[in-house]
Amino acid sequence: MTDLASSSPPRAGWNRRLLRWMLYAILGLFALYYLLPLFVMLTTSLKSLEEIRAGSLIALPRDVTFSPWATAWSSACTGIQCEGLRPYFWNSVLIAIPAVALSTMLGAMNGYVIAQWRFRGANLIFSLMLFGCFIPFQVVLLPMARLLGMMGLAGSIPGLIFVHVIYGIGFTTLFFRNYYVTIPADLVKAAKVDGAGFFRIFWSIFLPLSLPIIVVTVIWQFTQIWNDFLFGVSFSEAGTQPVTVALNNIVNSTTGVKEYNVDMAAAIIAALPTLIVYVVAGKYFVRGLTAGSVKG
Amino acid sequence: MPEWLEKQLPKLVLAPSFIAVLVFVYGFIAWTGWVSLTRSRLMPRYEIEGLVQYSKLFASPRWDTAMNNLVVFGLLFIIIAMVLGLLLAILLDQQIRTEGAIRTIYLYPMALSMIVTGTAWKWILNPGLGLEATVRGWGFEDFTFDWLVNPDMAIYTVVIAIIWQSSGFVMALFLAGLRSVDGEIIKAAQVDGIPTWRIYSAIVIPSMAPIFLSAFIVLAHLAIKSFDLVIALTGGGPGYATDLPATYMYAMAFSRGDLGQAAASAMVMMMVVFAVVVPYLYSELRAKND
Repeated sequence: MTDLASSSPPRAGWNRRLLRWMLYAILGLFALYYLLPLFVMLTTSLKSLEEIRAGSLIALPRDVTFSPWATAWSSACTGIQCEGLRPYFWNSVLIAIPAVALSTMLGAMNGYVIAQWRFRGANLIFSLMLFGCFIPFQVVLLPMARLLGMMGLAGSIPGLIFVHVIYGIGFTTLFFRNYYVTIPADLVKAAKVDGAGFFRIFWSIFLPLSLPIIVVTVIWQFTQIWNDFLFGVSFSEAGTQPVTVALNNIVNSTTGVKEYNVDMAAAIIAALPTLIVYVVAGKYFVRGLTAGSVKG
Repeated sequence: MPEWLEKQLPKLVLAPSFIAVLVFVYGFIAWTGWVSLTRSRLMPRYEIEGLVQYSKLFASPRWDTAMNNLVVFGLLFIIIAMVLGLLLAILLDQQIRTEGAIRTIYLYPMALSMIVTGTAWKWILNPGLGLEATVRGWGFEDFTFDWLVNPDMAIYTVVIAIIWQSSGFVMALFLAGLRSVDGEIIKAAQVDGIPTWRIYSAIVIPSMAPIFLSAFIVLAHLAIKSFDLVIALTGGGPGYATDLPATYMYAMAFSRGDLGQAAASAMVMMMVVFAVVVPYLYSELRAKND
């Protein structure tokens, strides 16, 4: 833009303003592009089926109706059962809460050991865990299905919690390790001189410092587990499915009239928890995303 | 606590997770690799028969479609998401007053499940009542947009949906990269009267090479693992026109009852992922240990 400054001042000012205006217009158009699908989902979920068939995709609802939401929540059919999303929504809650808590705690302890109590082989262990984050889960699907069967956990919620904890450890350890590695090693040395032990140092020194990374990890794990479909569809059975699997069943069930408004209401319900987390704690969400991708 | 125990405590704390990773990641990969070398059907068998499953896999037209789709889908997705992400990051880097709000809007699809994204785009792109009908309603009676049900074009609808979901994330990565470029160099260039586009193309973008690599790795990884989006958007169809390796593997494992094929396809997926990721991780870890 400095090249414009060398031409005559009034024209430059005008050019500059035109450029700024175009810039905002383009950014605005892209904002529309990202928002439009959400807008279409929301308006479709508030229309009656007749209005959907008669009207256009992007028209606002003429008569707002909330009955698709009620149907999606408590009576839409996922195959032969017609109880709506509600039981599956609670399944997802029951899976996510313990799985997030356990994997975060394990990650914190692992990260603390790897970053601050280095012993021979610790780096190798960390590398092995890190590679584990990248495997396509298809490669563990078959043996895990057999193992869950042998443990009597096939198709159960504890089974899904177990799977999510196991395959979450890699990322949670990575998050905490990268956070704790920035804390000077002298701190541990000094605490040891004062007679503090392994757990004492963790509880009184590291844990109080950990709030930001705990928030990042919890948000990351919650989003991953809530949005998971592969494990959910592979390791659940008729009453234990998570909400993503139930949503897919509602949308792709072939029986009866296609109720697009109910589909859209169900999709929004399934998306709400992670959307709320994003809106409330977006900063931490983005930090987790970039930390999870730009390792180290 | 006895002193020897106190000394071993860090190792003891790490041990359960380490054993879990050894068994459930590496042990399971070995199991899958083993089964991929057998003639397992509905139940696993453990007599090694060589590469029969792999030759069957590579002779299968359905797998062929899945791999072709992965190449088309993966390349289009990675290229478009990177170009769009970079463009948006540069536009947002011009001291925009509402940057925070715009960034929030661009990035929110990343918080959604792929099943939700697939459901939304399935509705928007359905020819009967969606975009096609809407544009026809505006008076363009001949407008046709039936990619979702057209076997030759359906894979591109998956590209459309995943770009909507992930391009904001690429934007965030690049924006962080742009901000990390040394401001002094840019100021010096501006003083020298170098035009803005030259500053970007000659100074800023080349210095962001590591971010390009990270973005590429993440997107390639996302593409190879894509499963839920295809299931929700097209179900792999019409026919198996939008099958990807992940949906092929799932079909073999859980609806066809062909464990041998499922294991072999999973192993090929893993090798593709590792061909992309291992060199990157290796250089990262080495750089850190030096």
